[in-house]
Amino acid sequence: MSDINSSCQVGNVRLHLRRGGQGRPILFLHGAGGVSEWTPFFQKLANNHDVWVPDHPGFGLSEDPALIKNMSDLAMFYLDFLDEHAPKEGFDLVGHSIGGWLAAEIATRNSQHINSMTLISSAGLRLEGHPMGDIFIWNAEESVKHLIFDPLVQEKRLNAQPSPEEAEIIVRNKFTFAKLAWHPRLFNPELKKWLHRIKVPTQVIWGEHDGLIPKSYASLWANALKTRDCTVLADCSHSPINEKPNETAQLITSFLGKHSS
Amino acid sequence: MKVLNFTLMPYRSLDVPASKNHRSAWVVLPNTFYDPEKGAQDYESYIDLLAQSEPLGFDGVCVNEHHQTAYGLMPAPNLIASALIQRTKRIKIAILGRALPLVNNPINIAEEFAMLDNMSRGRIIAGFVRGIGAEYHSTTVNPYFSHERFHEAHDLIVKSWTQPGPFAWEGEHYNINYVNLWPRVYQQPHPPIWIPSQGSIETIEWAADPSRKYPFLVTFSAREAVVKNLLAYKAQTQTYGYEASPSQLGWAAPVYVADTLEKAMNESRAAIEALFNDYLTLPMEMLLPPGYTSVESLKKIIATKKAIGRGGFGGPNQRQTLERLMELGTVLVGTPQSILAQIEEVKEKTNLGNFVSMLQFGTLSNELTTRNQAMFASEIMPHLQKMD
Repeated sequence: MSDINSSCQVGNVRLHLRRGGQGRPILFLHGAGGVSEWTPFFQKLANNHDVWVPDHPGFGLSEDPALIKNMSDLAMFYLDFLDEHAPKEGFDLVGHSIGGWLAAEIATRNSQHINSMTLISSAGLRLEGHPMGDIFIWNAEESVKHLIFDPLVQEKRLNAQPSPEEAEIIVRNKFTFAKLAWHPRLFNPELKKWLHRIKVPTQVIWGEHDGLIPKSYASLWANALKTRDCTVLADCSHSPINEKPNETAQLITSFLGKHSS
Repeated sequence: MKVLNFTLMPYRSLDVPASKNHRSAWVVLPNTFYDPEKGAQDYESYIDLLAQSEPLGFDGVCVNEHHQTAYGLMPAPNLIASALIQRTKRIKIAILGRALPLVNNPINIAEEFAMLDNMSRGRIIAGFVRGIGAEYHSTTVNPYFSHERFHEAHDLIVKSWTQPGPFAWEGEHYNINYVNLWPRVYQQPHPPIWIPSQGSIETIEWAADPSRKYPFLVTFSAREAVVKNLLAYKAQTQTYGYEASPSQLGWAAPVYVADTLEKAMNESRAAIEALFNDYLTLPMEMLLPPGYTSVESLKKIIATKKAIGRGGFGGPNQRQTLERLMELGTVLVGTPQSILAQIEEVKEKTNLGNFVSMLQFGTLSNELTTRNQAMFASEIMPHLQKMD
């Protein structure tokens, strides 16, 4: 899959970009763990779509420009990205976790290049009385237990031995994650009141057993976005894209089919 | 050499076995563990014990800042400093230190230090720190911006002490139209600034800079790491083109002295092992939140600091014994001769000029602390104070 990896330039910032497949273009905005490979979810999605997966600035193999200090900066940066790189037919946005939060921040500002928005286990809002887990205080065992449903996959993740290069990227991702989301923790108190500005079709996907952002947030988002496309997946925690790759990709393809222009 | 007396003011009545049901004695340990009656007794005792430092002949006393923990009951160390100003006349009062990045307006810290400096007629030493990692969990301040906030807050505080006000501060993290300290500081150009640290590369480079020359105080480290960090500071001053004076180099360590080694170990064992195993329980995620250190510095800390706390350094649930802590030189326990020899060894290697003795630690009682302070002051301190 050597043709998957490329890079692109936004202003003077170089981003690492994975891209594959053909069809209606999707821009996938990754979560705090970043993207380490072209997973089954992307393969499945690429059967029907031209899938773009950039590493956000400060994550993975992308540069880490000093100008990005918070989620607002990152959203503005992606508006530059869209102006410079969006295909003329525009993108369908798909965002996971803080990538979902990012998608909502982008779309509230400007949806010019955006045809739809799918949020998967998204950060960005707070539901009073339903606290998110404290991902920054968890150790490795607690993290996999809260983020992954299947005990066998939890075990596999715990036993993984990252190479020095991979370990460096894990630390880098964590640093940038803290920069963007330490406080207010994983949300923007001002976001909810502007979500009405998002006029494109929206969809919400969640894991039934999400141990980081409880499933009560799925209906919070669906209500705030006034969408009926809200699916909670059984036997799944915080990572539907890895835990339920086929179902999640199918939900996206069906949703886009329903809203084809 | 200057010798200062220090305690963390731990909450000594901690129900240790029950506290083990919690992740840490920091941040998440329920405050229902704190009994105000017992805590009030501790405050009274600690202030009395520190106040004895002046008649015992110490050059100063030290307090410090920690939040939401049984490890130290001084979230506002300036309150204790203020009490000690009233109980002493001659000695220095070192606040080691205030955690600059944790406040949203550093002028609050500049003002409080200025008040203490006036109230003590210039006996204040102002320690500047970043706070430990756990305090980024308890205060919500973003650790990613810790260094930036520290540096900007420092620049702002020093300017507020040295430039006529009012002036405007136009910064990255702080924007203040009117910086105009009432009172001004008593000492000129400003109170001495010390940097207590566990030895990050960035801190050493910054503190040793010729425009600052701030005394560097290595805290709570194995002897090897103390020597290594002090030598790193000295090497840095040479890189900058000057030689560090002894007054720029300091070491802080728990000390317990008695007539015999056996007695010293017997009397201090429970308190020292409680300090390192029960009060200083900090898992890595709490000790080093993302961005608190650079990636490089993080690697160095992990490699050199093997001596601190269960579950943090030294592996999960691996208890630090008194023997091990003595062998590492993290604590100094023994006869006057053996302790003096250990300090002399570090003095010979580094030429340090400040020694901060922690003579109350962990659960150590008032009675044993009083005896420890008296013996240290009569048998060890005079020899240290004669050294250049």
